[in-house]
Amino acid sequence: MMSGSFWAMGGYARYVWPCFGFSFVVLVWNLWAARRLRAAAHLRARRAAEMATMAAVDGS
Amino acid sequence: MWTWFYKLASPPYVYGVAAALVPWFLGGAALALGYGLIAGLAIAPPDYQQGQAFRMIYVHVPSALLSLTVYTVMAAASAVALIWRIKVGHAVAAAAAPIGASFTILALVTGSLWGRPMWGTYWAWDPRLTSELILLFLYVGVMSLRSAFEDPSRGDRAAALLATVGVVNVPIVHFSVVWWNSLHQGATIVKLGAPSMPGSMLWPLLSMWLGFMLFFAAVLCIRLQGEVLNRERQSTWVREAVKP
Repeated sequence: MMSGSFWAMGGYARYVWPCFGFSFVVLVWNLWAARRLRAAAHLRARRAAEMATMAAVDGS
Repeated sequence: MWTWFYKLASPPYVYGVAAALVPWFLGGAALALGYGLIAGLAIAPPDYQQGQAFRMIYVHVPSALLSLTVYTVMAAASAVALIWRIKVGHAVAAAAAPIGASFTILALVTGSLWGRPMWGTYWAWDPRLTSELILLFLYVGVMSLRSAFEDPSRGDRAAALLATVGVVNVPIVHFSVVWWNSLHQGATIVKLGAPSMPGSMLWPLLSMWLGFMLFFAAVLCIRLQGEVLNRERQSTWVREAVKP
């Protein structure tokens, strides 16, 4: 259990904790946005592959 | 050496390498950030002048350094794409830009939060702060330019040109505290000579820096996979790679 003086940060808590909190938000956003981009690209590529397969079947 | 360089121009090779590296980079980042946070917040002694407020250094400095590093990576990839017409270069630059912009915003916000108790203001039109803000505008410009053209290859070339020319701002940001009178303190780590910090404060900072760099590498690899898939989705190798 952290002591009260740790959370108070010598009177600078209202600057220190938002600073670390915003950093956490930026790290989480980066990871989430990157994974979302990759998942969306994967889905688009899979749809393109399915369309190509269907076109090939129709053609034959 | 050139064989390795030419391999990096191959989208399937880059896609595979990026996929393999992500867990290693993320694991390393978690370890480095974990140690850096614990040591920086709970073990490092308070600064004799700034007291506990100095602990903001553990996120401000790594994010500021990363904002410059990512821009340099983006500019180098853009230059490679322009000079050797290597398409993967454009993909790397496109993947790096939003990461760099987010860490530039982080550096500006954490700097403001640190500036309020130390300088008495959240913002000043100081050379370091202003040049860092210009860096953010460059990132936004590069991203906007890439999506402003109907033809993606024209957007890539225009963005690559701006990214390459804009790299001139990187040394301006770094040396602004030396070249002009500035509220901002001078370099702490990246300078000639020994760092001006005791080890108990320095090691957590180096660990956070390493953690941010590894995190960037991991996120870049994930974004790069997405960029490569988007750009190559008509290729046979992508059809094979995304088969359920």
